[in-house]
Amino acid sequence: MKKSKVIIVRTLKVFKNSEKVDFNLLQEMVEKALLALTNEKDSREALFHFYNPSDRIGMKVNCLGGKKVATSPEVVYATFNLFRKAGFDDKKFLVWDRSNRELKDAGFSLNSNSGGLKCYGTDSSDVGYAQDFITHRDVGSLLTNIMTDRTNLQLNVPILKDHTLAGVTCALKNFFGAIHNPNKYHGNGCDPFVADLNSIPQIRNQQKLIVVDALRIQYHGGPAYHPQWYENYGAIIAGSDPVAVDFIGYGIIDEIRKKHNLPSLEKAGRKPNYIFTAADPEHNLGNTALENIELVEINL
Amino acid sequence: MAPQFLTGSDPFNFIPQAYAQIRATDLSHVEAMYYKKLDYKEVECELCPRKCKVGNKERGYCGVRENEEGTYYTLVHSRVCSAGVDPIEKKPFFHYLPGTKAFSIATAGCNMNCKFCQNWQISQVRPEQVENYYLPPEEVARYAKGNDCVSIAYTYSEPVIFYEYMLDCARAGHKDGLKSVIVTAGYIEHDPLVELCKNLDAVKVDFKGFTEKYYKEVCSCELKPIMDVLVELKKIGIWTEIVYLMVPTLNDDMKDIKRMCEWMKTDLGTDVPLHLTRFHPMYLLKNLPPTPVSSLEQARQIALETGLNYVYVGNVPGHEAENTYCHKCGKIVVGRIGYSITQMNLNNGKCKFCGEPIPGVWS
Repeated sequence: MKKSKVIIVRTLKVFKNSEKVDFNLLQEMVEKALLALTNEKDSREALFHFYNPSDRIGMKVNCLGGKKVATSPEVVYATFNLFRKAGFDDKKFLVWDRSNRELKDAGFSLNSNSGGLKCYGTDSSDVGYAQDFITHRDVGSLLTNIMTDRTNLQLNVPILKDHTLAGVTCALKNFFGAIHNPNKYHGNGCDPFVADLNSIPQIRNQQKLIVVDALRIQYHGGPAYHPQWYENYGAIIAGSDPVAVDFIGYGIIDEIRKKHNLPSLEKAGRKPNYIFTAADPEHNLGNTALENIELVEINL
Repeated sequence: MAPQFLTGSDPFNFIPQAYAQIRATDLSHVEAMYYKKLDYKEVECELCPRKCKVGNKERGYCGVRENEEGTYYTLVHSRVCSAGVDPIEKKPFFHYLPGTKAFSIATAGCNMNCKFCQNWQISQVRPEQVENYYLPPEEVARYAKGNDCVSIAYTYSEPVIFYEYMLDCARAGHKDGLKSVIVTAGYIEHDPLVELCKNLDAVKVDFKGFTEKYYKEVCSCELKPIMDVLVELKKIGIWTEIVYLMVPTLNDDMKDIKRMCEWMKTDLGTDVPLHLTRFHPMYLLKNLPPTPVSSLEQARQIALETGLNYVYVGNVPGHEAENTYCHKCGKIVVGRIGYSITQMNLNNGKCKFCGEPIPGVWS
């Protein structure tokens, strides 16, 4: 089996204070992650591993839970800036999630009409969901028109955090925000629903790159914000295999929980089994076996 | 392209144009009745057996109840997404005020996910994904009376999920002399059921199948709590009718139907009307054919032989088993074609021919 590469770039120097990050350093972190992921020396070349300038790229963020536990706009803009420097057209990018309200609450500036980076939710009046059901095994849903009409490839920009029902939410679960009925798929720790959803060709084939916001991590009590279980971790995680990325993210959550004398997710009865289901032969979405994951850790 | 969820004709065509302009621009924010607060702003819903544990800023399975900072809210109180004036036979109620009209309403949402859902455009979506109209309980009663309806029907989606609104509408309706009836799958906890039944006049339960496997795989639900609800309804004494949608290859095993009929006879009695209805390909089960009429007839025969007195064939307009036959003399006491009444041969709830009391609410 082909090895999956996952990069973690980490430094606590990225935090200027409790609210602000050093944007230049953050951009350097994202760039280093992509260079290490692709073994390139130039970020333009790195980006071309995944996208072409003709692509219409959706940047899927996770804004559920509010500002402190949503993908931070800084991570999105730092990533977007690399594309801009590489000569990609601003107009080809769309930052999106389920609703405008959630995007705004997370700190994003909505922009559907004027030039520059577009940003809006599926609930915008002229967007909505496609008419035809996408189905795979236990999932039957309508997919956002953002994925069917307005973009052709996705750059997944999730946040890594604990999730009371699923165990962990990161790359795979982020696409629950792409369908009209995610509330139907939270039973049994979202297993196998997350894996089933990601198996749908429109998602499996569109997702090329994952850049995870692991700057601040809600390691218990997620997906909502609880200050007592929240810590600055200072990391960007990058990969192209969503299963391997989630598997590494799961390990990070457990590592932080251990540091704070909390039981592992497995002991707490919340092991994110959907990650392993996604790796099974039927779903075949990526790797969870450590021997098949090349983990590169860069500390700045 | 704008979101398109509602299908068919304008569901608000009965409402004067001026009123129809009052579209809800936001969702409701009414505290839910049945839930408990947990630590760290989590809540546990106690309305249905699913008992969703819901974190802050999240919703339950139904998609219409949201936890905001540890308080659980219904988002659909007075937010109606579908409404109409229907014959009571459409629900179907065959032994409850035949020939009358029911003012029928629904909000978005459902606590199940049946793969054959006929109204998935409103039941399997969140309230912000449909167009909602602001229709407070007093207005529901006013429009029911204004349209010569005898009852308010909570139907189309799953009324359990708009519980608080339904309760308020039923109370408002009773003040105006209107009955209230519910069309439900019966997936509800005991306490809210008992409270609800104090304010309802009749219940129609969609009994989906008679195996746990079917309930789990096709309806994302459980059989046992529904059986418990049916027994409780019998105990409460509220008028109840049962519909069984026969889906080819999935719940049309005649042995299961025989077992179900035997259970009904023992635990519910022989006078609960059973409507065996025809499936049409829909939603996530478009790959199956419509139910053969012969299967419905075979199931009906089994039910009658088991001892159930009132067994109907539904969704087959013009079928002779749409009629109500006196279980004693066998003559037609209520004749029907589709939703229309063609004969009424009852005198004070008794068969006109032999005088046998026919179970039901007839006036």
